[in-house]
Amino acid sequence: MKSKILIVDDEKDVELLFRQKFRKEIKSGTLELCFAFSGDEALGILDSENPPQVVYVFSDINMPGMSGLELLAKVKERFPQINVSMISAYGDSQNYEKAMNSGAKEFFTKPIDFESLKKEIGGMIKEN
Amino acid sequence: MIIAIISLILLHYLKRPMGLIKVSPEWVRIFNGGMIAAGVLWIVIGFNIPIISDLARILSFILIGLIVYVTLKTEDLQHRKGMVYAWLPIIGVEIIQALVEIISESFYKRYETYFEAAGVFAFIWAIAMWVNNSKQRKALELEKLKAMQREKEFQITESLKTQLERQVAQRTKELTNQKNELQHALKDLQAAQNQLIHAEKMASLGELTAGIAHEIQNPLNFVNNFSDVSTELLTELKEELEAGNKEDAMEILEDVIQNLGKIHHHGKRADSIVKGMLLHSRSSTGQKELTDINALADEYLRLSYHGLRAKDKSFTADFKLEEDPSLEKMNVVPGDLGRVLLNLINNGFYAAGEKKKELAEKGNTEFLPKVTVSIKKVDSGVEIRVRDNGKGIPEDIKAKIFQPFFTTKPTGKGTGLGLSMSYDIVTKGHNGEINVISEPEEFTEFEIKIPNQ
Repeated sequence: MKSKILIVDDEKDVELLFRQKFRKEIKSGTLELCFAFSGDEALGILDSENPPQVVYVFSDINMPGMSGLELLAKVKERFPQINVSMISAYGDSQNYEKAMNSGAKEFFTKPIDFESLKKEIGGMIKEN
Repeated sequence: MIIAIISLILLHYLKRPMGLIKVSPEWVRIFNGGMIAAGVLWIVIGFNIPIISDLARILSFILIGLIVYVTLKTEDLQHRKGMVYAWLPIIGVEIIQALVEIISESFYKRYETYFEAAGVFAFIWAIAMWVNNSKQRKALELEKLKAMQREKEFQITESLKTQLERQVAQRTKELTNQKNELQHALKDLQAAQNQLIHAEKMASLGELTAGIAHEIQNPLNFVNNFSDVSTELLTELKEELEAGNKEDAMEILEDVIQNLGKIHHHGKRADSIVKGMLLHSRSSTGQKELTDINALADEYLRLSYHGLRAKDKSFTADFKLEEDPSLEKMNVVPGDLGRVLLNLINNGFYAAGEKKKELAEKGNTEFLPKVTVSIKKVDSGVEIRVRDNGKGIPEDIKAKIFQPFFTTKPTGKGTGLGLSMSYDIVTKGHNGEINVISEPEEFTEFEIKIPNQ
């Protein structure tokens, strides 16, 4: 079964990086990645499918416009079944607590440790 | 006998001062001696001793002769000349009378009435002379008094003059001191101003640090991530080549080439941020260089945003850059202009952030702060607009915002120098213009016009 993951970051090169990092998983068809470059765009993608196919959202916190934490709150409010994890350069306790209290599954700091990220995604794929 | 008395009278007056004229102590001593001699002669003549008294009488003639002679001939005694002339006829008559009496008493007796008449005339003469003399003396004394008055006035004027001169000198000294103090104060102020400008620069650099760290961290992450992933890809490439999958190998190669491009791109990005930071911290040399205004605005917009974001975790805002790709590089002082942009953008975020806080207190959480920087090429140069949707600037303080030390921010949040420095940089440094339009509670827009240099 294919798992669809949404990655939200205002840095466009993140897409290229993720596609290469999960090259094998994408090729084998176990993983599908989609990308949004702002919170609004992310909500748009989630809203475009009913019910949304995305099962996991990884979002940057620090973005112009809607912040990742705001996006987290909105996603959790509308789609409680979707997992949301945060990826932030600001790995301070304030952000961490706010994210976890708002229902984030995990909190990853930048630079992204792709090993732990792969583990997290791998676990999710197995669950599916 | 009369001659001796006259001698006494004459000597008495001679030694006394007349008006302001005084005789010297030596003369007084001589006159005292003369008076004693006259007194002695008077007494001796009075006793009427034969021969001795006659001798004394002759001596008294000699004495008075001496007195008259000395008085008339001596320079120091000229002022008593009048007195001597007054007495002279009486003396003359007396002497002749006495001589005649001694020589021929019968002759004297015969003409006694004439002698008496001569004595009366001499007396009248003496009185006339005395009246005349005293008149002259009074006139002289009046003249002296006037002279004294003038002298006094002159002295008063002199003392006033010296007093005035002293006062002028004192005032001059005071003024010079004040001038020196003021010059000193001015120097101190100029030094303080330089320090403040430096402090302002450092403060904005401090605000920037977090933003810079974030901005550098991001490209560095990409550099690291893309090089990691490229290593992985190359390992896979090796496997694919060994397996003889040329198609997959080519695909991987394409990715690696793309990744190296990305590494280069992000490396450059970090590089330009560091350069920008150095530009900002370095004291401005005022050196103008060809600068990409679009890139400069983009850089500082991001630095400002991330700086504020790093300082205040709850801070969120939207920002937008409207570039004008047709704008060519312009000759500006990039560090200075960057500082202006940073300042205006920071202010914009601050104003919009304050509005968000105020609205949130009233329960409105929908408001999203936004700062837009737009660049527009015009014939004369470039127009840069920094617009925020914040609280706006009240009309009454609009005129003051460019004044040094004017700030509406709470103590410790603003130096009050940001806008005044921006004003100087734009107007003096680049011959440009900086204007502000604002609608309270709606927006503020700063417009910078920089002419082609």
